Amino acid sequence: MTDSPRLLNDAASRWLLGTLALLILLVPVFSLAVPETSPFHLSTYTVALFGKYLCLALLALALDLVWGYAGILSLGHGAFFALGGYAMGMYLMRQIGSRGVYGNPLLPDFMVFLNWPALPWYWHGFDNFFFAALMVVLVPGMLAFAFGWFAFRSRVTGVYLSIITQALTYALMLAFFRNDMGFGGNNGLTDFKELLGFSLTSAATKNGLFVCSGLALIAGFLLCRWVVASRLGRVLVAVRDAESRTRFMGYRVEHYKLFVFVLSAMLAGVAGALYVPQVGIINPGEFAPLASIEVVVWVAVGGRGYLYGAIVGALLVNYAKTWFTGAFPEVWLFLLGGLFVVSTLFLPRGVIGLLGQRRRLPAATAPGGTH
Amino acid sequence: MKPLLLLLLVLTTAGAAADSGTGTTMTIDAIDSRPVDELMLALGTASFRDKETLVTQLAASGDARVPVLLQALLDGTLYSDATTGALIATPADAAPIPLAGAARADVPKDDLRKITVNNGLRSQLRVLIAATQLQNPDPAVRRQAARTLTGNAQTTLLPLLDRALAAETDAGARAALAAAQASLNLANPDPAIRAAAVAALAETSDKAILTLLEQQAGTETDRTVKAGLARAITDLRGREQRFAFVGDLFFGLSLGSVLLLAAVGLAITFGVMGVINMAHGEMIMLGAYTTYVVQLLMPSHIEYSLAVAVPAAFVVTALVGIAIERSVIRFLYGRPLETLLATFGISLVLQQLVRTIFSPLNKSVITPQWLSGSWEVNGMLSLTYNRLYIILFALAVLASLITLLRKTPIGLQMRAVTQNRAMASSMGIRTGWVDALTFGLGSGIAGIAGVALSQLTNVGPNLGQSYIIDSFLVVVFGGVGNLLGTFVAAMSLGVVNKFAEPLVGAVLAKILILVFVILFIQRRPRGLFALKGRFVED
Repeated sequence: MTDSPRLLNDAASRWLLGTLALLILLVPVFSLAVPETSPFHLSTYTVALFGKYLCLALLALALDLVWGYAGILSLGHGAFFALGGYAMGMYLMRQIGSRGVYGNPLLPDFMVFLNWPALPWYWHGFDNFFFAALMVVLVPGMLAFAFGWFAFRSRVTGVYLSIITQALTYALMLAFFRNDMGFGGNNGLTDFKELLGFSLTSAATKNGLFVCSGLALIAGFLLCRWVVASRLGRVLVAVRDAESRTRFMGYRVEHYKLFVFVLSAMLAGVAGALYVPQVGIINPGEFAPLASIEVVVWVAVGGRGYLYGAIVGALLVNYAKTWFTGAFPEVWLFLLGGLFVVSTLFLPRGVIGLLGQRRRLPAATAPGGTH
Repeated sequence: MKPLLLLLLVLTTAGAAADSGTGTTMTIDAIDSRPVDELMLALGTASFRDKETLVTQLAASGDARVPVLLQALLDGTLYSDATTGALIATPADAAPIPLAGAARADVPKDDLRKITVNNGLRSQLRVLIAATQLQNPDPAVRRQAARTLTGNAQTTLLPLLDRALAAETDAGARAALAAAQASLNLANPDPAIRAAAVAALAETSDKAILTLLEQQAGTETDRTVKAGLARAITDLRGREQRFAFVGDLFFGLSLGSVLLLAAVGLAITFGVMGVINMAHGEMIMLGAYTTYVVQLLMPSHIEYSLAVAVPAAFVVTALVGIAIERSVIRFLYGRPLETLLATFGISLVLQQLVRTIFSPLNKSVITPQWLSGSWEVNGMLSLTYNRLYIILFALAVLASLITLLRKTPIGLQMRAVTQNRAMASSMGIRTGWVDALTFGLGSGIAGIAGVALSQLTNVGPNLGQSYIIDSFLVVVFGGVGNLLGTFVAAMSLGVVNKFAEPLVGAVLAKILILVFVILFIQRRPRGLFALKGRFVED
């Protein structure tokens, strides 16, 4: 832990953690304590927007853990995010109770509309928050486990793995678009009322969710850092840079990959679960391959293999997205497309790498050696 | 011969009209007593019951205008001019045709009175039209007419069919007429004739006849005929299943051909060069848009537009491909994940470009006449022309591609560069140039695929996205770098998709195939036709 890359990593991490902690403290103050007439007042819209960014940053962090440290480029991380979101959405749906349009105490509105006779078996238990919270982690985790178990054992790597992860999220998207899946089809789950008894429309709840997102991001970051700094993390980097060599040295490469893939999917699920109450809807669009690949560009722009790079990238790109889709909607896709090209051609280490060079600091472990 | 037949026709259909309880009395004198024009003009004011008589008489007149009139009446495009009483047919795809009476140059819209028909009249018209068509010089029309008469005509038409059969020379039309005749004989009071008719019908392949026989089985009283019916129905059902299978197989192969067209360009860029081109789908889209632009440029020669669009799309997309290769991809060789991301960015830019230039809405590409319609093999199997041509087209593209790679100098160079770049370079091959050409070839083929797809699906900015994942799966499933593997993979996925569809539904079939391929890749990461040998990456 004395070599300079780690030190850089630490300084930047401390800076990042400090900023996040400050945000968590200050945003609720400016939103709730400062009167609305004051220029320093933060609207609930802004708070929810920031909260959303933090969830997306957590998703980017999860991707960086597998891509930056184990060389697994997942083009389907949006699927884990969306599954976590759906688990939370199902809990929120059940919380609506008889306040829906059709006033059915048991069935959500879309089921009444589609003439479902009873609640499907997989919806049972979601009225309990703790069960739902468990599912937020378990469902993406189990999918990642099943998928990774097969993929890593049969040594599907590199581009092939990327393509089948993309096919996975595409298949899930098609499945969730079907009405008979029982997840609201095209419209998804929406019209949420309250979470644990707190109204989702109130400013206090929005701030609460923002703080939760921030805490989740900090916790996730610390967890990821702990993983990559451990012995296991060292093996992961070895897998990333020379998978066969690591295997020949006697490491069960697939076990390491599987562990980190499942952990990352669980983090993505948590991010999705926190995201849904803040935006108020979850629909199959979250499974779209484009949504997943956008996450990759956040990480690439921020800088792959630094953890905090992913967070910075996610915040930067999403802020740009909000701004551009508001001001010049038709320019945004040009810009996003251009970002992909520029970040791969000219910024192999992302914005963070660029800053590191500028300050003449020794660069962190180069995320090269991909295959 | 002709007038005689028509006279007969009048007798029979007039009888039919009387049979169906209209109560109209018809005499032969009534036929020639009024000139054809007068009969036509009378239609303008006649009641439904009078119209039935009038159309029968008109059909018998043998006048050249009558087929047009009957068809227009059936289509609801026959009008009478309220002022002059003139009769005008206004077909949807042609200029108005004055049929009788004093035609005016510009009839005000308010003056046009549509000549209405009811359902009874409509079915009578269909039979009459078919009957007039039995004399048509085109055997295909005669065949279709006989098929229309099968099971729909009244027994009074039998003598007409007998005579038409005697005069018929075309084998297909003879068979159809014989089937029509036998179908009418089912109502014969003589059980022997009925049994013969059933035996004759057992040889046919037509869904309508199967329905007819099933109806007959419900009412039949004679035991021998009943037994014959049961056998005939089993025969026909078996044949129906077999033809349904052939039809599904054909449809599946056409789906596979679409996949093949979409994937074969990728088999070049990904399979041969190892470049992950996520913008491949957008090349397909550009090809489809090229078709659209070509049709805009030559609106009066739509029939030939596809012949122009294929080379045009190849050139356009090949140039775009070469530009992408030279400006981005060549800096990323050996870094597949980065290539994947950069080309994905390019795909977003191309999509947005098309959206900006052509609007985000779907564009309508016209299908030329020779591509629409279908080939009626028999009453149980009809193959649509666009699907038939797409199979042939996909095979032609694959064959020329294989020839290009195996038999031409440039193909040799392409293979040399992909197998051993350094060695090829030292033998004097300009590897950079060959890279660009290979990438251009793969992109150009995607463009050609776009021309074909423009005939099957909507042409919009998202056209390519829906094919990119499928294309990759086909290439990976077939074995990377193996064109024949791509062919087998595309065709088998297409056929499996088609056969799974009725069992589980279209979307679920697609999902199951995705899952199947995902699992397959886990078992055999190098595809169906993997290159033999032992090697390890890194």
